[in-house]
Amino acid sequence: MLSKREWVWGYLLIAPMALGLGVFYLWPIAQTLYLSFTESGVFGGHTWVGTDNFTELLGDDQMRDALGNTLLYAVLVLAGVPVAIVVAALLNVPGLRGMSVYRTLYFLPVVTMPAAVGLTWRYLFNGDFGAINHFLGELGIDGPYWVGDPDFAIYAIAIVGVWSSVGYNAVLFLAGLQGIPRQYYEAASMDGAGRLRQFFRITLPLLTPTTFFVLVITMINALQVFDLVYLMIDLNSPALNGSRTIVYLFFEKGFVQNQRGLAAAIAVVLLGLILVLTAIQFRLQKKWVHYE
Amino acid sequence: MRHRLPLAGLLALAVLAAGCGSSEPAADGKAAITYAIWDKNDQASAEKIIAAFQQANPKVTVKLEITPWDQYWTKLQTAASGGAAPDVFWMNSLNVRMYAKGGVISPIDAAKAEGLPDAVVDGYRYDGKLYALPHNVSIPALWYDKKIFDAAGLDYPTADWTWDDVKSAAKKLTDPAKKQFGILAPMWDQGGFYPTMLQAGGHVLSPDGKKSGFDDPASIKGLEFWTGLIKDKVAPVAEVYTDTDPIQLFQSGKYGMYYGGVWFASTFWSNPEIRERIDVAPLPAGPAKEAVILLGLANAVSAKSEHPAEAAAFAEFVSSEQAQKILSDSGGGALSLRPGTQDGWFKAFPSFHLKETYDASMPHGVPYPATLNTAQWQDVQQRLLADAWSGKRPVADVAKEIAAQMNEILAKE
Repeated sequence: MLSKREWVWGYLLIAPMALGLGVFYLWPIAQTLYLSFTESGVFGGHTWVGTDNFTELLGDDQMRDALGNTLLYAVLVLAGVPVAIVVAALLNVPGLRGMSVYRTLYFLPVVTMPAAVGLTWRYLFNGDFGAINHFLGELGIDGPYWVGDPDFAIYAIAIVGVWSSVGYNAVLFLAGLQGIPRQYYEAASMDGAGRLRQFFRITLPLLTPTTFFVLVITMINALQVFDLVYLMIDLNSPALNGSRTIVYLFFEKGFVQNQRGLAAAIAVVLLGLILVLTAIQFRLQKKWVHYE
Repeated sequence: MRHRLPLAGLLALAVLAAGCGSSEPAADGKAAITYAIWDKNDQASAEKIIAAFQQANPKVTVKLEITPWDQYWTKLQTAASGGAAPDVFWMNSLNVRMYAKGGVISPIDAAKAEGLPDAVVDGYRYDGKLYALPHNVSIPALWYDKKIFDAAGLDYPTADWTWDDVKSAAKKLTDPAKKQFGILAPMWDQGGFYPTMLQAGGHVLSPDGKKSGFDDPASIKGLEFWTGLIKDKVAPVAEVYTDTDPIQLFQSGKYGMYYGGVWFASTFWSNPEIRERIDVAPLPAGPAKEAVILLGLANAVSAKSEHPAEAAAFAEFVSSEQAQKILSDSGGGALSLRPGTQDGWFKAFPSFHLKETYDASMPHGVPYPATLNTAQWQDVQQRLLADAWSGKRPVADVAKEIAAQMNEILAKE
């Protein structure tokens, strides 16, 4: 049994974290939930409108498009996760020269400011003067207007999304790889298993807990994408129709068009969506994640 | 001149003392007010105007606050919600109704706007009252590349030009081999499709601001002017303008004409090579009439200001002849509004035909269309027009859909 003194100390020690969490996360969530049932005035004040905001969202094709764009983006970014596994496996090759240089290079995009990332890629993607289309042109391919064409914009953004998350995910996978005991590989080679077979039979299965974690985090981040869209697509660009994400729509409604209640409802829908999708992932993990 | 200053100061004090009757003056009669603007290019002229105001009103100090455009409105809105808006701040005609209705800004004596062009002043009226005093004006105009015109042996655009002249010149200036286009056709409202909708005899908003004009067949003709240029391949396709700003495209020397604004003068002038090569003319007339959409920035006075008399006096001063001449002589981006004060500005860019453009445009000035929730229906307009510009859907279909959605938003106002 803990003494009273210990209880007090315990609470005192978690107080800073709990306070921060309460003030900056829990209270705003409660407020947002409340605001989603109101219509707010431009300069403060709000009136209760019940579920009006949600019914409006149900029939809104902008919300439907944003949902589609966001899910497409999430799928594309999740499809980039295997890239991180390959990168991690390569970075883990014993005796690789200049290993720390490569690790730093792959991690650089993670510590680079999104604003710099977005603007640089925007130049690269420029349809007429961009480096990417210039390179494609050398190969005889007529490159599209990546960030100007509504049909391509979300793919261009997803490429940047994958590029900037590979480093972070690779570090997680690297930690996972190094947690796999050497003996398994030794035993496998003694039994005559080749490198490729070892990778699929030992590495991948034992890496599943890390993979699961990375998939969950990547999905949650992808569903909340905003900065790349904001930086790479102008507010009045026609390409926005094909790349407007849920959080972008939230920003437009709340901060450009002053419909705060509706914006709060969008945020609540997104919260629900993330909750449901994450719950599904946790249910499915029993089928494929191996804990040692 | 120096010895006359104290007298001027005394006079100003007397005026102030008379003006302060309603408000509560600070114990020593001193007042500090804040002036919020968003454009850094106007910092130099604003500082000179403040200096002149303070010279005439020694007891008032004005502090200039510059907030970049991207954060300006969010910051202002937050400050206003907390009752802490700056005493005097820049306002545009898109937002003025919202701020007036929200009780954030106080009405201004309409008599102070006397002599200023109606097309700009009217943009700041709400409920029969004037809510901000405009001090500059942005006039859309036709910029053209003399070098490209010369090479094609064509005459330069004049004030007598019509749509047909633009179309035929655009055709002759286009040269696919050189990747050269006759004109640029970005999806731009103020200097692009709004004026052409009006010039074709259509309208953006009904006079009472309750109905959309997008489904008017004449308005549709105005929109088709632009999509037609793209379809005829005399202007680049829609995606080009999103990747590179049209103002930069135009400076690359591959485009004959560009519907821009007179306020681009200082940008173009700063590059000697561009300066030599281009010039400006008034917007060409449409099949129905001439129309130029004018926008002017204004100064609004916070309803919660602790020094309302001084704040109002400053806002009035910025639009006075003295301050307007200071603005003009600084030769920056902004063109002063009060008629007769623009000479300094015209002289800063001697080879551009700015005075001719100004003189020809002002009589056809029309206020920029705006209602209470302008941002909401402009969003609809922007989203749907994209399909017309890219050629995915016929202009008429898109325009009718815009009208329907706009009417829904307008009905709620």
